[in-house]
Amino acid sequence: MRTAWRAPALHAVRSPQVAAKQKQLLLILAREFISNLSTPGLIADADGRLVFYNEAAEAVVGRRFAEAGEMPLEQWLEAFEPRESDSSPLPPERRPTRIAFEERRAAHEVYLVTSADGVDREIEVSALPLFAHAEEFVGVVAIFWRR
Amino acid sequence: MQLKIWGCRGSVPTPGPGTVTYGGNTSCVEVVLDDPETALVLDAGTGIRALGAELVARGTRRIVLFLTHLHLDHLEGLRFFAPLWDPGVTVEIHGPRSPVVSLRDRILRAFSPPLFPLDFREVPARLVFHDLPGEPWRSGGLTLSSDLVLHPGPTVGFRLETSARAVAYLPDHEPALAGIDERTPDWISAGALAHGADVVLHDAQYFEEEYEARMGWGHSSVAHAVRYCEAVGARRLVLFHHEPTHSDRDLERLEDRARELNDSVDPTLAREGMTIAL
Repeated sequence: MRTAWRAPALHAVRSPQVAAKQKQLLLILAREFISNLSTPGLIADADGRLVFYNEAAEAVVGRRFAEAGEMPLEQWLEAFEPRESDSSPLPPERRPTRIAFEERRAAHEVYLVTSADGVDREIEVSALPLFAHAEEFVGVVAIFWRR
Repeated sequence: MQLKIWGCRGSVPTPGPGTVTYGGNTSCVEVVLDDPETALVLDAGTGIRALGAELVARGTRRIVLFLTHLHLDHLEGLRFFAPLWDPGVTVEIHGPRSPVVSLRDRILRAFSPPLFPLDFREVPARLVFHDLPGEPWRSGGLTLSSDLVLHPGPTVGFRLETSARAVAYLPDHEPALAGIDERTPDWISAGALAHGADVVLHDAQYFEEEYEARMGWGHSSVAHAVRYCEAVGARRLVLFHHEPTHSDRDLERLEDRARELNDSVDPTLAREGMTIAL
């Protein structure tokens, strides 16, 4: 043994805010997975907050996640005016992410959106709920692509 | 209040002349509490055998054991933990939950024939099982909290906190698999557990070149351990979970490498018998 142990200096203990912000491990893994997909994808946490979308999604929605930041997922979706092929509004209860979040089941839908760049696009969305080891609901992951 | 390391070897016990300085027993850390009636223990690797003998000598009647996970190098000493064989002792075992099999039944797999001649029904001590993560555990001025961490299978890490100091215990952890760089601490595995800690006992099993062939096995390179401490703002790094093929001399090269990467986190090799003041 070469190194004598030195007692550490006093240091402030962790603030409650740091612990409250910690992302659940499954969301961290999902982010890494989504980050490496060429398919657009997003993640919402158990509180329904959009916490990440990947570079491929940025190309579809027309805005970088770093600029958008975390926000309620429903609020974020509203900005894209989701609607049916006849241009009538898509009822929230048919949005795959809403179904995955509220009914805790996988869902799929095709609908129109207007991206942040003003372009109308028809997209398909598949969403599924995420459950951690102990069947704890931790959030929703969704992938989407242009038709 | 202080920590005492009874075992810091990873994967498998490694007795022999090449490991006498840092030790060959697998993971076990005692948290010496202000309450002399209670012993708090982290993990039940083979280091717990010698600790058990000491707890018997002290006459400790309540033992609270927190298991990071159930891989054998963190569990195999439990079968030879002397207090289990005393009917006057209560052992509270906290470990990561599973949706399929209870904590008790998963431990029983390693604590029953054909792997062991006896099972829990023949253990005289009173055993109580608790799933993790759960509510923080408290004793005197100490709070122990847990969270899931990146390692194959359900695995938790711990944060021990007093009003003045914080220590994180992450013996088996591969945060690099989900990213360390360009992540805020809340997006790093166990980021909150280690955030701003005075000391982090962290997995540093491999040299960087060894890690390349072992990515996904659940352990960190020395560079990842250093980078992790930097990312979560920890003050001191104790290099833990020593690779079984590494001799004392190899480990000292590993410490040199850690210091080369960042001397400011004061990288120090864990060794059996080491104490850390809280």
